[in-house]
Amino acid sequence: MADNGIAAATCPIPISKYPQVMLAHGGGGKLMHQLIEGMFVSSFENPMLSRRHDGAVFDVDRGRMAFTTDSYVVNPIFFPGGDIGSLAVNGTVNDLAVCGARPLCLSTGFIIEEGFEMEDLWRVVSSMKRAADAAGVVLATGDTKVVDRGKGDGIFINTAGVGVIPDGIDIGPHRIGEGDAVILSGDIGRHGIAIMAAREGLEFETTLESDCAPLADAIFAMFDQGVRVNCMRDLTRGGLASALVELSEASGHAIRISESAINVEEDVRGACEILGFDPMYLANEGRFIGFVNAEDADLAVDVLSGFEAGNGASLIGRVGKNPDARVVLESSIGADRIVDMFSGEQLPRIC
Amino acid sequence: MKYIDEYRDGELAQKLTAAIHSVTKGKWTLMEVCGGQTHAIVKFGIDALLPEGVELVHGPGCPVCVTPLELIDKAIAIASRPEVIFCSFGDMLRVPGSEKDLFIVKANGGDVRIVYSPLDAVKIARENPDKEVVFFAVGFETTAPANAMAVWEAKQTGVENFSILVSHVLVPPAIEAVLSSPECRVNGFLAAGHVCTIMGYTEYFPIAEKYKVPIVVTGFEPVDILQGIYMCVKQLEEGRHEVENQYARSVRRDGNVPARNRIEEVFRIVPRKWRGVGEIPESGLGLTEEYAAYDAEAKFDVAGYTADEPEECISGLVLQGIKKPAECSAFGSICTPEHPLGATMVSNEGACAAYYRYRRDEIRMARAASKGGN
Repeated sequence: MADNGIAAATCPIPISKYPQVMLAHGGGGKLMHQLIEGMFVSSFENPMLSRRHDGAVFDVDRGRMAFTTDSYVVNPIFFPGGDIGSLAVNGTVNDLAVCGARPLCLSTGFIIEEGFEMEDLWRVVSSMKRAADAAGVVLATGDTKVVDRGKGDGIFINTAGVGVIPDGIDIGPHRIGEGDAVILSGDIGRHGIAIMAAREGLEFETTLESDCAPLADAIFAMFDQGVRVNCMRDLTRGGLASALVELSEASGHAIRISESAINVEEDVRGACEILGFDPMYLANEGRFIGFVNAEDADLAVDVLSGFEAGNGASLIGRVGKNPDARVVLESSIGADRIVDMFSGEQLPRIC
Repeated sequence: MKYIDEYRDGELAQKLTAAIHSVTKGKWTLMEVCGGQTHAIVKFGIDALLPEGVELVHGPGCPVCVTPLELIDKAIAIASRPEVIFCSFGDMLRVPGSEKDLFIVKANGGDVRIVYSPLDAVKIARENPDKEVVFFAVGFETTAPANAMAVWEAKQTGVENFSILVSHVLVPPAIEAVLSSPECRVNGFLAAGHVCTIMGYTEYFPIAEKYKVPIVVTGFEPVDILQGIYMCVKQLEEGRHEVENQYARSVRRDGNVPARNRIEEVFRIVPRKWRGVGEIPESGLGLTEEYAAYDAEAKFDVAGYTADEPEECISGLVLQGIKKPAECSAFGSICTPEHPLGATMVSNEGACAAYYRYRRDEIRMARAASKGGN
């Protein structure tokens, strides 16, 4: 076995024999056994999975745990800066991390469309393994289904994860308080534009890469350095705006942010200007907002800036009064406006 | 970012704001014609920076908003046909027709695709010779050259399974329609910079002269808009009514001549119905005789469709600058971006949608306060 834990550098399923996934690869017989053993178990190798039990069995210390699930249906499955595999690991790991939980293990469910290229499946599985190693989690149990051609979109992946919350950590909207500093962990919108460019064949002068990345190390470094973190949320499909509005509503507090403090890369801004999108609503897969005690704001930004996933972290605003649940943004020319969730989805405009 | 940051500069915006305050003596109502400008005004809070004497009303320049209901119904009928691949810019998909929108057609199995250029639709037609590919050609003069180009290219290259559903509208007749209304209270206009980039601004000279209104060709960034307002108010205060060009970095007097030539080759001027306003003579574009084979209305026999607007909706008055969104009782209650009653709530660039997104708390509070006072 190779040192990186991946069973083989090339796809272990004989391509000449099965260049594509067949219905029988999910049928419970020999082919399925071969796929699971040859590709999944050997790639994700770990004691829990190697027992070949119906579920993963593991010990836990006394304390609190976090549990989350997410499904990944991204199209295209390979995009600049990531793929559906790295996304499926990082997305779930990040959901745990923003609950204050150190991710422990994930389950993974594959729904594969008949005819899906075996080589592509191998790329996805290898990418999941790399992402899991980087995030320090194991893929402890799994499931595979193959659906008829035309009944899926290549591949869908569900991952669920459990993580352990260290003693003394209590993260959630209930702890947001007046005066808290709002920290954004980096520039926004790259994932949304990267996916859109890959999907629609839009070409820019440079290739925009998704921000897809695990956040747990950066988040736990904040805890270790003594930053008093009250609440966090990872930014996903609804973007920064939706996360702020959700937390404002959940906590009952007003949140005031400054447009000029929010980092948006030039290419992302350019794409938004062309398409009529607002970066505040673009998808992210490796960014979060943190609500920290006011006096810890600089420390939080410093700690985050030491991580690749926290590159470009900034203090973007403050929490205001309760009850006055709304998000107000001070625009770059100094006027205020309300930030709202988006209705439907962002659609490219006519002119 | 170059050409963006300098036009969103806070200090420059403050200086222009101060200049507007110092030049304003009378009471003036200005109309920004374009929906993109409306969106920027509300998004950046520009109207909140203006002196009491300057009121902005929002014009009919959002193509999504003014596309008549029956045209949406025609699009839906065509898109529902099994042999059709229906291509559109994204923001038309959400616009409700009499019964449903294009998203519902897509969910029910219709092949509805978002494209970024009408030329992409021609490419799809070429790649799918057994299908009929229809592009929803909506917009003002800004999008007309690209749509003309698509039809021209289809004809040049012999692509016969391509057609366009045309709903092109023109800005100058809309300005005239606003000005000739007896209820008109607009003293000056900010004309749409993008439209003038194509068409130039000589068309506005006779309008400024006939109605004695200043018209300032204006860009879309906050500093552009503030400068456009300053130039317009200054003219009003000095008793002038000229056509001026604030957006000189993009707009030339005669516009983009090759683009205009392409428009003239493919399109002719026709009467058009505007959603919420009604028919305006010589206010739109239709295909010329030579390109009639590319007219989806004729190809799919949907020309006879008619549809009525919901009675509660005052979007026609909003589009003409006679009323503001907050004056509508349906605003924010039975009419929201999720369930729009009318045109101006549908598009991001519609005045009602812009107010709903950025101003609805203020409107709610003002309504509560006025109720409390009664």
